[in-house]
Amino acid sequence: MSPYILLRHRDIPDLNQLEVYRSHGGFEALRKAVTGMQPQQVIDEVKTSGLRGRGGAGFPTGLKWSFIDHNAWPHYVVANADESEPGTFKDREIMEGNPFQFLEGMAICAYAVQAKAAYIYLRGEFWRLAAELDRRIAQMEAAGLLGDKLFGSEYSLRIYTHLGAGAYICGEETALLESLEGKLGQPRLRPPFPPSFGLYGKPTIVNNVETFTNIPPILEKGAAWYTTIGTEKSPGPKIFSVSGNVARPGNYELPLGTTFRQLLFEHAGGIPNGRQIKAILPAGASSAIIVANDEALDTPMDYENVQKVGSQLGSASIIVVDDSFSIDWVINKTLHFFKHESCGKCTPCREGTYWMMHIAERIAAGHASPQDVELLKGVAVNIQGKCLCALGEFATMAVVSGIERFSQDFTPLTEKALPAAAA
Amino acid sequence: MNQLMAQYPDEIQALLAKYPPDQKRSAVMPLLYLAQRQPGYVTRQAMQEIAEIVEITSTDVASIAGFYTLYHEHPEGAHRIQVCNDLPCALRGADQFLENLCANLGIQIGQTTPDGSVTVEAVTCLAACDKAPMFQVQDQDGITYYENQTVESALALVETWRQAAAQSQEAAA
Repeated sequence: MSPYILLRHRDIPDLNQLEVYRSHGGFEALRKAVTGMQPQQVIDEVKTSGLRGRGGAGFPTGLKWSFIDHNAWPHYVVANADESEPGTFKDREIMEGNPFQFLEGMAICAYAVQAKAAYIYLRGEFWRLAAELDRRIAQMEAAGLLGDKLFGSEYSLRIYTHLGAGAYICGEETALLESLEGKLGQPRLRPPFPPSFGLYGKPTIVNNVETFTNIPPILEKGAAWYTTIGTEKSPGPKIFSVSGNVARPGNYELPLGTTFRQLLFEHAGGIPNGRQIKAILPAGASSAIIVANDEALDTPMDYENVQKVGSQLGSASIIVVDDSFSIDWVINKTLHFFKHESCGKCTPCREGTYWMMHIAERIAAGHASPQDVELLKGVAVNIQGKCLCALGEFATMAVVSGIERFSQDFTPLTEKALPAAAA
Repeated sequence: MNQLMAQYPDEIQALLAKYPPDQKRSAVMPLLYLAQRQPGYVTRQAMQEIAEIVEITSTDVASIAGFYTLYHEHPEGAHRIQVCNDLPCALRGADQFLENLCANLGIQIGQTTPDGSVTVEAVTCLAACDKAPMFQVQDQDGITYYENQTVESALALVETWRQAAAQSQEAAA
């Protein structure tokens, strides 16, 4: 039996062709929903499945859908295809290889919340991918799988693509909505949350591409089947994007609860060049850095257990660092990223990422004063909890954990800098 | 006369049709791509024309063009090689790749070659971390990814552009 529920194109050639997708049961889940289920029944089935959002936050998907405000219309559905977290490259593979399963999942969500228009917000770099999706959407319309009166029902739906233009912050759902409205991609104050006040101020469901791709199999095989995969609190399959110092970087679809050791050593081929694993960033550049000891490697990768070892699963973008790299260099890299990507709306993030980057540069260059490591940590701690969205918080994760857990990578540099600083 | 509207009437109507009639502003980002397509950057005049089409001020259009990194406000090389050197790519040699590529082209990061064919820029994550070193090329054909690259393969690509440019110049002469 195929291990793939999401990356099925790895088993089925040309699954990104409409006829091939349909010949493998494609759009039967959508037909079942639209012709045989009430919208609330669809929401209930997704709730029962325990599916949690795959974009990073892990919020229960069915619960989110149930929050849609029925007192305001129209409703919208938006797919977050902004995929910009360093280390994440799974949504791109889904949209290239298995696009119709994603589109079908999106259409099912739209039916469940009775939205008649849905938008796919893609990062601008996915320019070619957006053009391909446009062609596939047109094929679906021609085949009666999108458009007016689906499957002879009264329900109509249209899906549109929308390209961003290079801004990490637009992966944050309210910044994404602002951007889709033709404004600067800056986050909104929440609450209200998108299910009551979303696109154009109307009730909106925003989900990640991978989340939508889980929906057709849940409807087809049932919530009970879905909960047999993964763990009790984190059911289902997950795509783990593995990058950095491993022999076989790439996407791996495995049940939630797979251990780091299984993923990195059995699947991704271990650490090449005779090096040892030193550190793991399990949620991309936004994560607290884990010391890759035995306890960490044997930790199951689900939302709860990764927290227990002092980090986050996020969107499961696992960056592996071997022992040839110093952690002060790692945080210098992540800080350059966040300083560049801060949208500038909240002062602690806008100024703090700038200060942190400059201190980290000094440390990495060996020009740091003895107080600089503490200063860096102090700036980071003062950003935490003071911004509208999570970006500011994310920028501090690797900094604080890196300094606390890899202090040996910071002390020698400050000591080395002492004579120069005194001179 | 709105030149942008005159140049791309059908495409602009199709873009506007994606959004509710009272939400024209949503088309501002697709219109900026359209305006940028031929000159390789967005001119002040194009911003004014976009402002007219979506009924916002040209200051608003300019702020959006400035906020997002894929819009350019000044002409650069015909092809922009945008190399990702974020953490995952850097762990796989992206910094050395970028440095060597620039050295071979005789430019610094952010500069354009004297013949105007290539600008090399460092950019943030492009969602291709498993295929580093990698870059995207932004030019008249849109955006194209080049993955699992070496300095040799990148230089070979630059050479094909230079030959194509020389040929089209000969043809024009």
